[in-house]
Amino acid sequence: MWKVMRARAAQGHRTQALSELEAGLPDRYRGAPRLDAARCRAGCAECVEACPTDALAVDAEGPRLDLGRCLFCAECAERCPEGALSFGRDHRMATRRREDLVLRGGALELAAAFEERVRRIYGRSLRLRQVSAGGCNACEADVAVLATLVFDLSRFGIHFVASPRHADGLLVTGALTRNMRLALQKTRAAVPEPCFTIAVGACAISGGPYAGHPEVMDGIEGEIPVDLYVPGCPPHPLTILDGLLRLLGRIGPEARPGEARR
Amino acid sequence: MSLLSLRNGASVATREIPELSAEAWREALVEAVAAGGRAVALWASRTAGGARHLTAVLARDADASLALARLPLAGDAFPPLGEACPQLALFEREIAEQHGIRPEGRPSLPPLRFSRPEGPAVGCAGIHPVEGPEVHEVAVGPVHAGVIEPGHFRFQCHGERVLRLDIALGYAHRGVEAGIARGPAKRRIHYLETAAGDTTIGHATAYCEAIESLAGASAPPRGQALRAVALELERLANHTGDLGALAGDVGFQPTAAFCGRLRGEWLNLTAELCGSRFGRGLVRPGGCAFDVEPARIERMMARLDAAMRDLAASADLLWGSPSVLARFEGTGRLTEESARELGLVGPAARACGLSRDVRRNHPTGMFRFAQIPIARWQSGDVFARAWVRWLEIERSAGFVREQLRSLPDGPVRAPVGAALAPDRLCVSLVEGWRGEICHVAATDASGALSQVKIVDPSFHNWTGLALAMRGQQISDFPLCNKSFNLSYCGFDL
Repeated sequence: MWKVMRARAAQGHRTQALSELEAGLPDRYRGAPRLDAARCRAGCAECVEACPTDALAVDAEGPRLDLGRCLFCAECAERCPEGALSFGRDHRMATRRREDLVLRGGALELAAAFEERVRRIYGRSLRLRQVSAGGCNACEADVAVLATLVFDLSRFGIHFVASPRHADGLLVTGALTRNMRLALQKTRAAVPEPCFTIAVGACAISGGPYAGHPEVMDGIEGEIPVDLYVPGCPPHPLTILDGLLRLLGRIGPEARPGEARR
Repeated sequence: MSLLSLRNGASVATREIPELSAEAWREALVEAVAAGGRAVALWASRTAGGARHLTAVLARDADASLALARLPLAGDAFPPLGEACPQLALFEREIAEQHGIRPEGRPSLPPLRFSRPEGPAVGCAGIHPVEGPEVHEVAVGPVHAGVIEPGHFRFQCHGERVLRLDIALGYAHRGVEAGIARGPAKRRIHYLETAAGDTTIGHATAYCEAIESLAGASAPPRGQALRAVALELERLANHTGDLGALAGDVGFQPTAAFCGRLRGEWLNLTAELCGSRFGRGLVRPGGCAFDVEPARIERMMARLDAAMRDLAASADLLWGSPSVLARFEGTGRLTEESARELGLVGPAARACGLSRDVRRNHPTGMFRFAQIPIARWQSGDVFARAWVRWLEIERSAGFVREQLRSLPDGPVRAPVGAALAPDRLCVSLVEGWRGEICHVAATDASGALSQVKIVDPSFHNWTGLALAMRGQQISDFPLCNKSFNLSYCGFDL
């Protein structure tokens, strides 16, 4: 007993405030990309050719980057002869609408909060059931890490629960394999209405590297409506946390002063 | 000599692999396994002309060599091996499912991954009910209570006692091997990095070493050293997470909480290297995509020392708590005999007393110069699997320190041409944190990559978990499961 208490004292208090977590992002972290279309050379498609998941395309309006497909491998930035593409250190990338993940050159339209009535119910208590629909265990691991004492998700009133019947929503990872389709449908049906759905990672949003495979459904969108998209391969835990807190109106333009501090 | 001898990471012209008759092939394999050979891979392939072959790779750990032999297939059947060599049984089922060819005398084998739409629905085959008045069945998954991958477990129980456990997988089957063969080439490394996402470095390294071998290139020493550092950081992160999870499963909160944080520290060290907590984008054909400068090395060393200090204190609590040891000791015991027969790999095998470690037995890259002693324990129970992890943590941390202190000079990456040698095959083994990762890469007559056969360590080890549960309390399943901590997606591919 004394040994445990001594160890506890030596380990210290490790839960970090959001600002501390943000400051801890590594210098080589590849966050929200920036696209400077003005620098693009006409007829150049180097980035499009480099992209492993066809996240990049050039059309009449110029280049566009679909974060829902992006693996953040930065092959495109490396190949671009004009330096028009770069990956910044901003971890905030979650959106409410699929089309908001398509970057044209401006800033991302970050996720808006639930409407006030919904926020009043879920803003301080949200229970989520996680479903791995054929993920590679990287998204799963960085979702699970939110429950550790560093991120301490429960201080924001968000918990992962064992039964879908205890859940307010689903957090889904993975490209949705054909073999997980029925299980996802059944889990969705077991969540009481209204059920919010959060798609975490390139696989859940678009199929990721597995897009187009006959074994997968290219993400969950065709199967269940999605309320929040968190891009990445895998997204940094902070990106997931940021998305959840924005959805609940705890941070972002709609937040009341001091909301995210807890 | 009916088997071809090959070194880990070396390549061989496909035509040099001896082609044996069905009976000779079977005999050669059974004999080699009886002489201590270990099943590494067995797969079917098809040449451009339409001819089909089975190729087997065994490891001879004692003399650091691999042994290969092929069987040209005439019809739809091949000689059965599973009964004589249980470690080959799962490979037989895989071949039957993927190619519709079967071991003779076995008209139907349940699928491993339920990959065929016309076959049985996922989870609906390969279950063996036990009958009796007081016997009941417990079904768990594919959606589990925690945040984990999907799989289905079916327990046949008498009261609390588990008589038999059947494990049905395939829920995470995404078509990794087919995708690699199909291309495009620019996607390949991403398939490997996500084959089992918690083993990004292990799988990417096995693949890159195979490609380098076929291209006649090799990573420069500094690149090899950084790969080894990243591989050991991956081991440190996952072993630390496992110790925490094991503590959590016996209700010992202090170590569970501390290790949950410390696992993140190791992941963040990997991110310090390459920006990604899972090592995405680090290992590439020809070496590493990122270098480290002296200031970064200093930072990494300081963080490593701090993490190890906290981790040692945290693990120490486990070994000093009678309540923890009482739950760990004697639970989920496997004998050395069973482990050998099933062909287990990694910490699960070493916890049964087997000396199996690719880093030591078949070293490539930096492990040829800097060796890590094999960590073993004899009891084969949950305690042994936890203790072996701790021993490996200590040794890996020492290795990382040593490597960072004495990194070779020079570039981290060398150019690798797109052209691969035609009609060759390379077997590449890497000791991932779960055990031996095997990639077999083969090229066709034009020098294009025609097949990459992947064997994740979990492929060898799931049967070990099923066997370890026999006669156990069903309530000990989470603990046993965690002590193996196998990959669902790495198995399902």
